[in-house]
Amino acid sequence: MTLTLEEVEHIAELARLKISPQEKNRYREQLSEILEYASRLGDVDTSGVNPTSSVLSDRNTLRGDEPRSGMGVKALLFNAPDVEKDQFRVPPVLE
Amino acid sequence: MTKTIKSKNSSVSEFEAVIGLEVHAELETKSKMFCACPVVDHNLVEPNTAVCPVCSGMPGVLPVVNQRAVEYALRVALALECEIAPVSIFARKNYFYPDLPKGYQISQYEQPLAVNGRLTILTSQGERHIPVRRVHLEEDTGKLTHVEGDEERYSLIDLNRAGIPLLEIVSEPELHSAEEVRAFAVALRSLLLYLGVNTGDMQKGVLRIEPNVSVRPAGSSEFGTRTEIKNLNSFRALEKSVGYEIQRQIKLNRQGKQVVQETMGWDEAVEETIPQRSKEEAHDYRYFPEPDLPPLVIEKGWIERVQSSLPELPLVKLRRFQEQYGLSAGDAGMLTANPAVADYFEGTANAATGLTAKSAANWITVEIFAFMNQAGVGIEDIEVEPQQLAALIKMVNNGEINQNTAKTVLVEMLQTGETAESIVEKRSLRQISDSGYIAELVKRVLEENPEQVATYLKGKQGLSGWFFGQVMRAAKGKADPQIVKQELERQLGEMDQ
Repeated sequence: MTLTLEEVEHIAELARLKISPQEKNRYREQLSEILEYASRLGDVDTSGVNPTSSVLSDRNTLRGDEPRSGMGVKALLFNAPDVEKDQFRVPPVLE
Repeated sequence: MTKTIKSKNSSVSEFEAVIGLEVHAELETKSKMFCACPVVDHNLVEPNTAVCPVCSGMPGVLPVVNQRAVEYALRVALALECEIAPVSIFARKNYFYPDLPKGYQISQYEQPLAVNGRLTILTSQGERHIPVRRVHLEEDTGKLTHVEGDEERYSLIDLNRAGIPLLEIVSEPELHSAEEVRAFAVALRSLLLYLGVNTGDMQKGVLRIEPNVSVRPAGSSEFGTRTEIKNLNSFRALEKSVGYEIQRQIKLNRQGKQVVQETMGWDEAVEETIPQRSKEEAHDYRYFPEPDLPPLVIEKGWIERVQSSLPELPLVKLRRFQEQYGLSAGDAGMLTANPAVADYFEGTANAATGLTAKSAANWITVEIFAFMNQAGVGIEDIEVEPQQLAALIKMVNNGEINQNTAKTVLVEMLQTGETAESIVEKRSLRQISDSGYIAELVKRVLEENPEQVATYLKGKQGLSGWFFGQVMRAAKGKADPQIVKQELERQLGEMDQ
């Protein structure tokens, strides 16, 4: 299974990553190898097995609706590269 | 079923509008969907004060589902007559946007909580059942504020809203006019209010309704290219924008032009839909089952418990009000749109004997609503209890005060919280029904205005209203209007002979 360059560009676009032509080629090879490896799962005979979306038990783990205070704005913004008025400041979102 | 819609150019259009709605309703739980952070009014509270490692997407954390959010979702799904999935699964919807701290939203995709429901709407055409495709649980995103300075432009992120439980309700594309779209929104908002899961505040964005609109030749079964309208913050904006968008697309069709599939905004000032400037790219959310959450199992017993705890729903109440109180569909509709108003009406109508439900309905839908609109408050905020309103209406019915005086008294009651009785006493507003006294007043007014009397007797009957006003003024508005009218007629009639 080999990814096309266009597919690599699409994935980069979705991840909002700007990558160089060299990187495109390198990621194309690396990602293709990973997909190739994972595609081995396709060899397993799953006829007669129900589709499985989770390997966790079919028992609910629910939480009561009890509010607790959060982590505090200081801790939240501690690692933020840019902050203004107690909010994260990021490049403009709208074009 | 084919329905034609009216256009400006012809009474029956050769085009049919096809509209589906996607609704997002925040659930009024105490804590967030997947963590214990408090659900706060993100319009009021300081930014980023109700945030924890889970809802801010810190590494190494795990989500845990809020039981009450599931319960609220079940209420809505059952009230919409949906089939509940015994097992539904959460899914990751992946996209990068700064309001989404994890890089994905936990939502439901292939196995939603509920499917195949319906909502009954009332329009001028009558009653219609609109199919509901699905109801599922997800989480809200953070709030972005865009700053445009002279030199620089940037965005600020507040995560208080991120992770608030969000219910998505999707209708089938079976609405065919702006009026039907509004009726659906009105009915759904009412339902959410009755179920106590959402405040229905579109202005604050707690309830968000996004129509997708397309048109096609009448009778066709193919769908035209659709556009989606976002950021509508009132029923009015919803109805107007859909109406505009239908006409815009019909016009394009007539000109042989293509409708472009895009997201539109609504410009309130010029009342036009406008394409959103955001870059439109193919949606590629790469959904996959959320590995951090087990499947959501809804046992029969839970469904039955929720089902049996549902309150009387808006449409049932509306029908009952018509039957039990003899109200018109219009009055019953106005009184049942909000459950607090419905309770207030019933409290008033049942508070006293000898009081007609119709008069209670009138006082509430006219005077009380006017006050609420003006003061910008809900019925639960007003000072006048249903019993007090009933007492006021009873005073009118007994002839103790007249209608106009009662209106003034009610305004004072609403402003001060005093009872009708005490205001009437304090201001000595009790109605004058003494016919001898009223006859005196009428006589005096006629004597003081010989010219008007002469004109009246020459045939200008319209002056009777003016005489009435003069007498009421002399009586400081307290005279029984019926007796004044009778007395005026009698005395003027005698002069005419």
